[in-house]
Amino acid sequence: MGKYLLRNLVQLILVCFGVASLVFMLVFISGDPVMLMVPMTATPEEIQNLRVAMGLDKPLWVQYLMYMSRLIRGDFGNSIRIEIPAIRLFLERVPATLELGVAGMVLATIIGVSVGIISAMRRDTWIDAIGRILALGSQSMPVFWLALMLIIIFSVYLKLLPPFGRGGIKELIMPAITLATYNIPLILRLTRSTFFDIIHQDYIRTARAKGLPDWVIVYQHILRNAAIPIITVTGMNFGRILGGAIITETVFAWPGVGLLTVDAIFTADYPVIMASTVILVVSVVVVNFLTDIVYAILDPRIKYG
Amino acid sequence: MTTKLNNGIKELKFLWWNLEGVRLPRYVRAIIRSKTAIFGIIFVFLALLSAFFAPYLAPHDPYKQNITERMKPPAWVKEGSSKYFLGTDQLGRCVFSRLIYGARISLIVAAVAVLIAAVVGVVLGLIAGYFGGWIDQGITGITNFFLSFPYVLLAIAVMGIVGPGFSTLILVLGLTSWPVYTRIIRSEVLSIKELEFVDAARALGVREHRILIRHILPNVVNSVMVTASLETARMIINEAFFSFLGLGIQPPIPSWGNMLNDGKAYIFVTWWLVTFPGIAIFLTTLGINLIGDWLRDLFDPHMVF
Repeated sequence: MGKYLLRNLVQLILVCFGVASLVFMLVFISGDPVMLMVPMTATPEEIQNLRVAMGLDKPLWVQYLMYMSRLIRGDFGNSIRIEIPAIRLFLERVPATLELGVAGMVLATIIGVSVGIISAMRRDTWIDAIGRILALGSQSMPVFWLALMLIIIFSVYLKLLPPFGRGGIKELIMPAITLATYNIPLILRLTRSTFFDIIHQDYIRTARAKGLPDWVIVYQHILRNAAIPIITVTGMNFGRILGGAIITETVFAWPGVGLLTVDAIFTADYPVIMASTVILVVSVVVVNFLTDIVYAILDPRIKYG
Repeated sequence: MTTKLNNGIKELKFLWWNLEGVRLPRYVRAIIRSKTAIFGIIFVFLALLSAFFAPYLAPHDPYKQNITERMKPPAWVKEGSSKYFLGTDQLGRCVFSRLIYGARISLIVAAVAVLIAAVVGVVLGLIAGYFGGWIDQGITGITNFFLSFPYVLLAIAVMGIVGPGFSTLILVLGLTSWPVYTRIIRSEVLSIKELEFVDAARALGVREHRILIRHILPNVVNSVMVTASLETARMIINEAFFSFLGLGIQPPIPSWGNMLNDGKAYIFVTWWLVTFPGIAIFLTTLGINLIGDWLRDLFDPHMVF
């Protein structure tokens, strides 16, 4: 176990390092950030001065080392648009994304797990067919289009919900439904197949033979055992879930980190792009790492070589 | 296991070298028995039909602007004109014709991206699984690195930095989605290479690359096909999302994604501009997913859903 953790930890650090280098490379090949920052009327001297001030006249490897050492201290430089550190802009947006992410995941888990359970228990009936349609439909659904349709129905025609922005619970409803739709197929399919495997285990047959009612079996015996793979897969797919949040945020102008990143890309705000890319990817890798540990704790049968 | 594999080999033989074989009726029966696969084939066939015969099917020129007839609703609405079945957009272009032409872009982008990803992913998966050791560790490391990346974020960042465009979009989609194949193929090769026929081939003095190509590759084709079909659906949605953001196919070329982007600006006035391209995307991906699911059931009846 200790050896396994250590190896994963080394891998974790390597991945973080790789991401940081990749982002540096992408920004480097994409052009000269100085030209974006100076006004149209700048003289060549002014441009040169700014370049020297930013350290962009130095050889590539010096720039790389400077970038890395600043990055370790959490310094990505100031946003090009506003004179605010990129990292602060990013952190300000985190609560909004968390709110959306939690709402979307809770909704997706409730729907996915309950439909998955019912489908597995009543296999090959019309209920199972509905579960299958729900899984396939949400998997084939372009969620950004679903978001637009929700806006048309609930904002334009019924005038029930505000189309954009963040505020109270009313603003949260449509983005949460959108994000949930993105995550439902994964949870639903997984719950159904896990449940289906567990139903045929000996201890479930024993519980049945004892005369326990169905709901007791589901809660006491199955749900606990099914929780492990469901939690694991959710953790392992954290990157995907984050991707869904980015898509949702861009359609509903939800002021989270996804919208910040997409806006930064459109305005070529490199410090912000770098900050959010590096932090988001590192957080995904860390969550995957933690999931591994939780998995090992939850299921003592798992041994690592 | 062995009988399953033998059946798999027989099916493969049928699929690839024995198309005129006597077992064809069984497959025809299988398709007919699976009602869902029929729907899938119909949807995909319609999309392919419009892509191939767009100039003959489209009632109008998809680029022809007609300012006097702009924003006409669909024909069945009171203000609609029978000339434009699905109405016209903000420049008076025929929505129906643009949808038909848009199928071309969506399908070409998805097909080429999947081809790139499958080739890269399968080659790496074969090498990693067969040779093992440090080669395997290296490739698995890179695969995990890419799999843990928030895919959408990576692609958005690259598209934003490199700049939008047709070929950039294909390359970015293709080169960021290969790890799925590598992971699946690697694990399959790990078990296949332990089987007797591989040992037999080696004992006969067959060279390594020949064993890989002639003996192992045909046995993973099933998985590649299932994965590729499900990935094609995902690629169509991704293409649409990037074009929707304005990072993919650029106007005036009609693509389902940038039609949604156009329509989004007028979402409060013209519901039909965002409704129809989304339905096209949804039905096409649904069709491909139905076929993919059917293939998976056919090749591996043990997998559920």
